[in-house]
Amino acid sequence: MTDLAVASHGLTKRFGSQVAVDAVDLAVPRGAVFGFLGPNGSGKTTTIRMLLGLITPTAGGHELLGRAMPDRAADVLPRVGALVEGPGFHPYLSGRDNLRRVDAADRTAEGRTAEARIAAALDRVGLSAAAAKRYRTYSLGMKQRLAIAAALLVPRELLILDEPTNGLDPQGTREVRTLVAALAAEGSTVLLSTHLLAEVEQVCTHVGVMHRGKLVAQEPLGKLRADAAPMARVLTDQPGAAATVLRAMGLTEVTETAAEASGRLGAAAPEKVVAALVHDGVPVRGFTVQAPSLEDVFVQLTGRGFDVSS
Amino acid sequence: MSQVKIRRRVSSRFLASEVRLIAVRRRNQAGLAALAAVPVVIAIAMKVAAPDRTGRGQGGGPDFFSQILSNGFFVALAGIGVELTLFLPIAIAMLAGDAVAGEANQGTLRYLLTVPVGRIRLLAVKYAGIVMGAFLAPLVVATSGILAGLLLFGGGDVTTLSGTSISFGAGLLRLLGVCLYLGVCLTALGAVGLFLSTLTEQPMGATIALTMLTVASFVLGQIPQLDWLHPYLLTQHWQDFGELLRDPVSLSALQPGLLTAGAYIAVFLCAAWARFAGRDITS
Repeated sequence: MTDLAVASHGLTKRFGSQVAVDAVDLAVPRGAVFGFLGPNGSGKTTTIRMLLGLITPTAGGHELLGRAMPDRAADVLPRVGALVEGPGFHPYLSGRDNLRRVDAADRTAEGRTAEARIAAALDRVGLSAAAAKRYRTYSLGMKQRLAIAAALLVPRELLILDEPTNGLDPQGTREVRTLVAALAAEGSTVLLSTHLLAEVEQVCTHVGVMHRGKLVAQEPLGKLRADAAPMARVLTDQPGAAATVLRAMGLTEVTETAAEASGRLGAAAPEKVVAALVHDGVPVRGFTVQAPSLEDVFVQLTGRGFDVSS
Repeated sequence: MSQVKIRRRVSSRFLASEVRLIAVRRRNQAGLAALAAVPVVIAIAMKVAAPDRTGRGQGGGPDFFSQILSNGFFVALAGIGVELTLFLPIAIAMLAGDAVAGEANQGTLRYLLTVPVGRIRLLAVKYAGIVMGAFLAPLVVATSGILAGLLLFGGGDVTTLSGTSISFGAGLLRLLGVCLYLGVCLTALGAVGLFLSTLTEQPMGATIALTMLTVASFVLGQIPQLDWLHPYLLTQHWQDFGELLRDPVSLSALQPGLLTAGAYIAVFLCAAWARFAGRDITS
């Protein structure tokens, strides 16, 4: 048994000439809440579909909970709850009937306990009151909640949640965050694909960043942020002179405004930068070193904001 | 977390769920009602029309219309004869087209497969639902026809196509035989439909394709110059159900139809499996 809940080796998917996922080596430790980030179109969902055996990889392979997929899918997938690319249910069935159908399809689930488990799952996502309504009358947020309920019908060791807060109101987003934290506390591993960085900062222990089909970073959240170069800001009435010194000290991305100069600290130690400024006669009114926000890290890794990768 | 021992049960829960899914759908209920309505319409039309009227069943099948006035029993057979060329195939096409493509279209396919439902098991359960529909549909037409016929024309001994007379009860047994024979024929059509349904994410596309194939098959069957092709046509022997109304019944006359159906079932179930087993599910 390995201590990885998800492990992929060179997982690759080509659609025609386009490489959607390029040699991804995921390593999600058991017990982690793994934030799977990336711009739209970066290959997150294709990766998740491969993890669940919906798509056959062009090359590479993977294990879930220590078992090779897709060969052991029948053993592994009952212990994996999944939400893939939005909810999918029968519109003319009620929420409860839809869950009954999902549960009936599960050969490992016990029919005797189905009603109780369905009621508990509905309750957990706050959908009990609307359980008897037809799915087609649900709002997007309610649909999303039902999909999460379906993933929670039986206890899961691993939850793969693709954008679970999509379409939820702020209240719902918060509830899902609490739910994910609770599931992790119960011992489940969670792989959470999202583009809401605030969500990641609050609940995730590990982060993987996809960009153009490649996994460009995969680290514990704290380490990722520590590794990213912090910014140094100098408050001064001579920003031009300050900027010159910063450049001379090897800082990158140096910018200057009317009352300050700033740049990304590379190998340069902040105290040496201050000493150099003072030595060169630049009047320093204030000096701060800021750890980059996750958004800064993200933009550094993916080169740009949340545009669609081409 | 400790390893949870996974036990897989042999259970009919998923099949029961599938039957329920088909049964509660309004569209399917309406379709069944339409199938049942045709014999009623025929019975009423025959009642109000002039008594010397001798219509002929479509598609070159046996003619049961002329006998309706003397015995309500033949309303059922006339209804089946009329519906066999289009209504019954459309009913099966709706069911079969929806089987896999419908789940793909609604996004439920990916969730069933991650439950997980094995792909072969999914096809098996889907096909079981189609087979049930294929046997139920002719039975509904026959039942509705018998009821409407008895009500408007009364019953009595049944004159067979060979001219002999059998009791009404024996006639009902023959009618059940007709329904079972056509059930097998429609089951074969359903196998083609299941295959078509694995090709697309648009259930209506699969339904229309199967309906067109059926109509084309009937049309080709009418062209004498293409008689070399006729043995391979799925619909070629459907009208043979009339053999069950002869006295004595020659079961060997039903053999070509049953063999054709068996061959279609085998070929198209294999094709559906080959197509679906390794397919990337991107819906």
